[in-house]
Amino acid sequence: MFVINHRKIFFAITAILSVLCIAAFFVYGLNFGIDFTGGSVLEVSYSAPASASMSTPTTAATTRPAQELVKTNIDKLGLEEYSVRPSGENKFIVQTKSISPEEKNKILQALTVGSAVPKEERFNSIGPVVGAELKNKSFVAIAVAILGIVLFITFAFRKVSKPVSSWKYGAATIIALVHDILLSAGVFVVWSHFRGGDLDLLFVSALLAILGYSVHDTIVVFDRVRENLKLDHEKRERKEFETIVGQSITQTIGRSINTSLTIVLVLVALYFLGGESTRNFTFVLLVGVIAGTYSSIFLASPLLVFFEKLQKK
Amino acid sequence: MIRTRIFAVILLILLAGLSYAVFASERLPDSRFAKFPFKLGLDLAGGTELTYRADVSEINPTDISGSMDSLRDVIERRVNVFGVSEPIVQVEETGAFAEGKEHRLIVGLPGVTDVDRAVAIIGKTPLLEFRLLKKDAEEKLQAILESENPVATEDLFTETGITGRLVERAQLEFDPTSGEPAVSLTFNSEGKELLKKVTKEHVNEILAIFLDGEAISMPYIRQEVGDGRAQISGNFTAVEARELVRNLNYGSLPVPVELIGTQTIGPSLGEAALVAGVRAGVWGFILVALFLILWYRLPGFVASVSLVMYIAISLAIFKLIPVTLTAAGLAGFILSIGMAVDANVLIFERLREELAKGKAVSEAMHEGFRRAWLSIRDSNISSLITALVLFWIGTSSVKGFALTFGIGVFVSMFTAITASRIFLYAISGGSGGSKAGKNVAGAEVGVFSRFLFSSGFHTGAAQNVAKK
Repeated sequence: MFVINHRKIFFAITAILSVLCIAAFFVYGLNFGIDFTGGSVLEVSYSAPASASMSTPTTAATTRPAQELVKTNIDKLGLEEYSVRPSGENKFIVQTKSISPEEKNKILQALTVGSAVPKEERFNSIGPVVGAELKNKSFVAIAVAILGIVLFITFAFRKVSKPVSSWKYGAATIIALVHDILLSAGVFVVWSHFRGGDLDLLFVSALLAILGYSVHDTIVVFDRVRENLKLDHEKRERKEFETIVGQSITQTIGRSINTSLTIVLVLVALYFLGGESTRNFTFVLLVGVIAGTYSSIFLASPLLVFFEKLQKK
Repeated sequence: MIRTRIFAVILLILLAGLSYAVFASERLPDSRFAKFPFKLGLDLAGGTELTYRADVSEINPTDISGSMDSLRDVIERRVNVFGVSEPIVQVEETGAFAEGKEHRLIVGLPGVTDVDRAVAIIGKTPLLEFRLLKKDAEEKLQAILESENPVATEDLFTETGITGRLVERAQLEFDPTSGEPAVSLTFNSEGKELLKKVTKEHVNEILAIFLDGEAISMPYIRQEVGDGRAQISGNFTAVEARELVRNLNYGSLPVPVELIGTQTIGPSLGEAALVAGVRAGVWGFILVALFLILWYRLPGFVASVSLVMYIAISLAIFKLIPVTLTAAGLAGFILSIGMAVDANVLIFERLREELAKGKAVSEAMHEGFRRAWLSIRDSNISSLITALVLFWIGTSSVKGFALTFGIGVFVSMFTAITASRIFLYAISGGSGGSKAGKNVAGAEVGVFSRFLFSSGFHTGAAQNVAKK
């Protein structure tokens, strides 16, 4: 089987990709959103009032005031740290440290320039304590999910002990998992650096969903290995372990690709047609599903063979 | 054989009925199903979510959960009085991973996008306290009262522990002689004891009544009060007195709260997210169904029907539980449409293999379902583990995702395995794997049937010939 025979090449590719992703964390930094750091986000939109076009002929289609103008207005409020960025055609997104509704009203006033009156679309404020707690909880959640899955796999494959003991199936799954999470997070960090977006709770949800999918995918291949080992034992063919793993990959590769294809199809629909709030989330999922499919074929299964070889030495 | 077909027909009728019910509950306001609307989260419906931290430091640890429950009740009543439709008021205890345990109150107000008003609805609830004047402070108080700005400050008084929490009922009364409004209070048993003790020990001292940190009345204790009743009279108007009575009955907060987080989504933003989510779901389904039919042919078509069933059942469950649909939850559901067919794909790939081995269609199908089961079971359990963990992380938006994702796993097990098996057996004419069925299928249904049941670019028929 091609994948098994050339497993060293795939290990190398996987390692390079993972290192690149880790490097991305350091180069671009982890940009945690207000879900985790605490803070406020205010999104406002401007609509073109019927009479506005006459009084302010300089503005074209929208009545959104110039960013600099708004900035000087907000500067006067003496907020410690804030950012204003335009969004879409007629929106501003203001990000600050955690503020009260009264302070928000002041910002709304500062965003009012002449006849351009902002409409509040979204206001989200999270205290720093809540943020720190969510961050903590997210890490724990990912750890608990990984642990739960290893235990389950060790249990599900408990009857398979030859030639590779059942916990090694769990170990191979975990390595594949970590790879998928690294890759999704790494690609997202690079992506968000150029496209905007930060690590928020939805991002963590996406990672957990990827975790679930990746294991789901890996189990299907391992399950086939389990079945083929049993068949081999019954027929007393005594095939090499790597032959059996290779055979299992060949048998399941069609399913792996087709399943991820159906998921990619819905995710693409969700990315292009779905709401703006879930766009980054969908992107992370998309990367994760592709990574998960790759890792179950090119990483987890060859790892089983690797473990077996290691044992023989 | 006939039984399978009858089952299949019944299943199709049920599916049609369920689809109609889901459709009718959304689009036909007069139908009997209209009382089961989708419950939309604030990010889709527009609205405000406020998070409060409750200060329970003054409360006996054994009473905390009781106090938090009554806090929730009070806020709920208060919000209802202001006519917010379907508010969600929840009490939450932060887990072991936070620094120090905190008690929170989360108030969801659909349709309210004005945070100031929302905060006013919740926050402007009075905190009623009875405080004793400190022994040495009488002169100071006198001085303050005679000064330009007669406001008695709290630091001149000591706490007695008698608060609005202990008030059972408040009533508006008018003094029979002067006609001035007054508020009479009836304390509960705990309050009654406390009041008795305090008034007994401090006769001829001032027991001031504070509302939101402001002294509204400073009567002297004339005698011991044993019946658990007190009257607040002071210089307020009838309107103010009535408001105080209402607040005490419906709104005196048993626990002080502090606003720590707000989230508001404007209605247009929410609606845009909803419309976009639905559109993405429809297109996602069309793409998946097209792929299934083109690649897996007849079984693919059956899988698409099962997928319709999956969507109808899931939506019905969302309505019945009801599951609060958020933008993330909607995304989770759409994702699950892609994942729901995984079981079908597994089965069909297996079916293809068995056909390639030269088995008859119906036998290959049985093998396909039987052998794929273990993979389906194990992989779905791992998905469930993740859904559980996600649910536990638990802010509303993540919970919505976890719930739709988890329900999807269960429903897809039924539709992708049970439902599509019944349909396929009914079409192919094999039930329970009987010898007769197998022979019939093997002999009569020839090349064309094999074509329909194969997949991919090859025809299946060619393989059949080759094997023979």
